[in-house]
Amino acid sequence: MTMRRLVFYGALLALSLAAPFLFPAFKTQLATLWLMIIVALSWDMTGGQMGYNSLGNIFFYGTGMYVAAVITIAIAHDVGEYTAASGGGIYTWTWGQYFAGLVIGTLGAGFFCAVCAAVIGWITFGLRGPYFAIGTLGVAIAAGELVSNWDWVGGGQGITMPNYPGDFERFKLLIYYLFAALGITLFVFVSWLYSTRFGAAINAIRDDEEKAEAMGIHTLRYKMVTWAMAAVFVGAAGAVSAFQLIHFEPLETAYQTINLGIFMVVCVLLGGKGTLWGPVIGAVMFHAFKEVTWSYFLGWQWIALGALIVVVVVYFQDGLMGYLRQRRPDWFGMRVDAGETP
Amino acid sequence: MDQILFNIGLLFQFPLVNLKIVIDGLMIGAIFALAAYGLALVWGVMNVKNLAQGDFVIAGGYTSWFLVRTGWLQGLGLSDNAAALIGVPVAIAVMAGIGWICYRLVITRVVERDLFTSLLATFGLAIMMAQIMNLLFGSDTQSLKLEYDTLYFADGLIDVPIAKLIGVCMAAGLAVAVILFMKNSRMGQAIRATSQDSRAARVLGIDTERVYAFTFSLNAAICGAAGAIIVMVWVIQPFYGITYSIRAFVIVTAAGLGNLPGVIAAGLGIGAAEQYGSHVFGIGYQQAIAVLLLLLVLVWKLARQRRQRRVLE
Repeated sequence: MTMRRLVFYGALLALSLAAPFLFPAFKTQLATLWLMIIVALSWDMTGGQMGYNSLGNIFFYGTGMYVAAVITIAIAHDVGEYTAASGGGIYTWTWGQYFAGLVIGTLGAGFFCAVCAAVIGWITFGLRGPYFAIGTLGVAIAAGELVSNWDWVGGGQGITMPNYPGDFERFKLLIYYLFAALGITLFVFVSWLYSTRFGAAINAIRDDEEKAEAMGIHTLRYKMVTWAMAAVFVGAAGAVSAFQLIHFEPLETAYQTINLGIFMVVCVLLGGKGTLWGPVIGAVMFHAFKEVTWSYFLGWQWIALGALIVVVVVYFQDGLMGYLRQRRPDWFGMRVDAGETP
Repeated sequence: MDQILFNIGLLFQFPLVNLKIVIDGLMIGAIFALAAYGLALVWGVMNVKNLAQGDFVIAGGYTSWFLVRTGWLQGLGLSDNAAALIGVPVAIAVMAGIGWICYRLVITRVVERDLFTSLLATFGLAIMMAQIMNLLFGSDTQSLKLEYDTLYFADGLIDVPIAKLIGVCMAAGLAVAVILFMKNSRMGQAIRATSQDSRAARVLGIDTERVYAFTFSLNAAICGAAGAIIVMVWVIQPFYGITYSIRAFVIVTAAGLGNLPGVIAAGLGIGAAEQYGSHVFGIGYQQAIAVLLLLLVLVWKLARQRRQRRVLE
């Protein structure tokens, strides 16, 4: 790693650690930005690097939320009784119980989502092309509908998490750093992963699955492991979101298929599919666009978002990184011989 | 669990309940089949998976609803019932126009692209349409309460509103008209030729761009008619579109492309299966059942494909 790179990454890390102190009024906004980065990066693991466009990654987000909620409640109380009382004020958590819930809940959510991804992937990865997208979308919608009919976890009313037992500003800071830690871990992890043989194998699956299989790559195993790794991070991010939101319900918050479920795809397309930085840059751009429309075009924000999706998908599918790669290939270490005609 | 067993027991105790469920299911299934046929057309001819299908249906419903509610036709001396019937051709015309605009703005740039592009682009379209309808008409559920009688059979256990019967007959008539059009007209022949091999069609002098545009507006028109029928009998709401999209995908995935009898049979079957499901498990599970059916169909197709692969090996 060159010196310049080291300085760049160091400055970026310092900025992301100092951000909540530089902009104390925007702690929640910045935490949401990290959430977008996490889901975009993990979507790109299958969508960009492996060529399997999932529309159902939101399933892991919602499942992570519910797993974290159930674990946290079960540490101190009986889940069925708690949800039947709709989180009435008589239930309390001690500091120890709350943080045990936070840690075990987040880890448990990641683990459970990985298992879910392996099982669902085993069934759906035989589906190619659009059927995979439709199938995973179906899984996410069905899960939301089933959970909203499941009274043990609160049904359509949703479920209420315990309040943070301390100062609320501190709590926002804690959530920000949890998301930031998760995001930085994910970024370091994927940048390492894409440089290994594993990364080369999933790229081979994207480029030509039949050939990859003929080369001796056990494609199903690679696909399942990749999706499970993505699911760990989305599930853990969902768990942190559950603590952040305190109250959530299944259809609009947890399994929000048409909100976050599509946003993550648009983030990746906006930044550039199949690149390391693309999802991060796309998430930042998309989040900025979303906040501007939400603040200044209230009532029209959804139409603006739909239009953005259409425009990005139809006209700008290679994203910013793809555009740059075409215009300035030397930045990406590609050499273009002058004089040679394409 | 007891409730589910009780509901199943009810089916055996009173066999007529089955008949009622089947009739209800077939009636809603006819509408599903209509929307699904439009999807099969677009999917087969131009390889566009239209996730905005359900929103076209709802938009058609709102067109008819708006026409009746403004009262222009009633001002000419027509009754509400007649106005609602006139709403169907009006919805067809309006939706054909909207479909054409959608094609020119978005779909034409999607046709030759990979499969995921069309899925995502039409998803964006679906979000936009639902939100525009939400802004225009509000988020309440709407329906036209028509003054038709209801027929009762078997001591009132089976009720068949005449409005539903009319809707089903119109759906059937429309299906027949579309089939005849595809079989006999020049444009229908061009559409079928394009779906078989678009390059060869172009070589033979068919303006495929025009065929695509026509196919997409035909699809939107069919959806619009389905919506105008729905608003006569059932209810519409700006965000109900996704339910019709899901069912259209279930039906087309189950029946395959270019297989009209299959689409009709699958549509009726899914209507009936859904009614049974919501009778046994409760109305809250209706949407979940439709989606689970889609997953079952996909898994079933996959299993069949695996078997074929093994045979090839």
